[in-house]
Amino acid sequence: MKLIIESVSENESFARTVVAAYITRLDPTLEELADVKTAVSEAVTNSIIHGYNGKSGEIEITCEIQEREVIVRVTDTGIGITDIKKAMEPLYTTKPEWERSGMGFAFMEAFMDSLEVTSEPGKGTSVLMRKHIGKEQDS
Amino acid sequence: METQVENKLVHYELHGNCLVIYVTDDLDHHTVLQLREYSDRLIDAGNMKHVIFDFTDVGFMDSSGIGLIMGRYKKVMFLGGRAAVTNVGEVVNRIFTLSGLYKIIEQYDTVEEALEGMQKSRKEKNNYYEINH
Repeated sequence: MKLIIESVSENESFARTVVAAYITRLDPTLEELADVKTAVSEAVTNSIIHGYNGKSGEIEITCEIQEREVIVRVTDTGIGITDIKKAMEPLYTTKPEWERSGMGFAFMEAFMDSLEVTSEPGKGTSVLMRKHIGKEQDS
Repeated sequence: METQVENKLVHYELHGNCLVIYVTDDLDHHTVLQLREYSDRLIDAGNMKHVIFDFTDVGFMDSSGIGLIMGRYKKVMFLGGRAAVTNVGEVVNRIFTLSGLYKIIEQYDTVEEALEGMQKSRKEKNNYYEINH
């Protein structure tokens, strides 16, 4: 599944709802569904606020299912991240005046099984997240 | 007590110097942008000291919601005010717990309990009763 959206805040709920609808075939629990929705919401919000800094641009969201694993990638062609390690530190934010909590990457990490961030300054950022759905049923 | 509906994302009540904001939509960056200024105007206009956010109708929240609540808390904190959240569902509760918000913001099951809780430990308890009872 591939979704391309404009970098406007109205699209945040649309993006997470589409991903949630796509993964319902795995019959996720409400908790798993909320986890994925939160992670997608954080990634898309990051692209809008930081990647494009309020300017217009496109955000690509791809989602695939491999057996019981959900693989979501959120990519922008915005300003990129100079220091990924710093950006991922909990509570670190470059936009405190916007009341950003600095919890975005921390939530993506907490709610998904894995998180990989690749970025090049001036080129953009890509966030790859994976989550296994249905842990209890499989064990 | 005064009840008004002005914003489709919330409705609010004023109980003495307590502002109760009932959030009626998901809280993300988009909705928070609209609620920040709106809540601040309510706090300033009514000279509110305490803020209670009710989450009965909130099915989803991301880290933007943390910013909204912390921002309002910082605003009232300087006047000795406090902030509380009520009727927090499971999904939102996980976000609050993970963020460490409960270390700073009080949690109550209902708005009534929050209003009561804020009265109990308030120094100006007697004044509150004179005004409201």
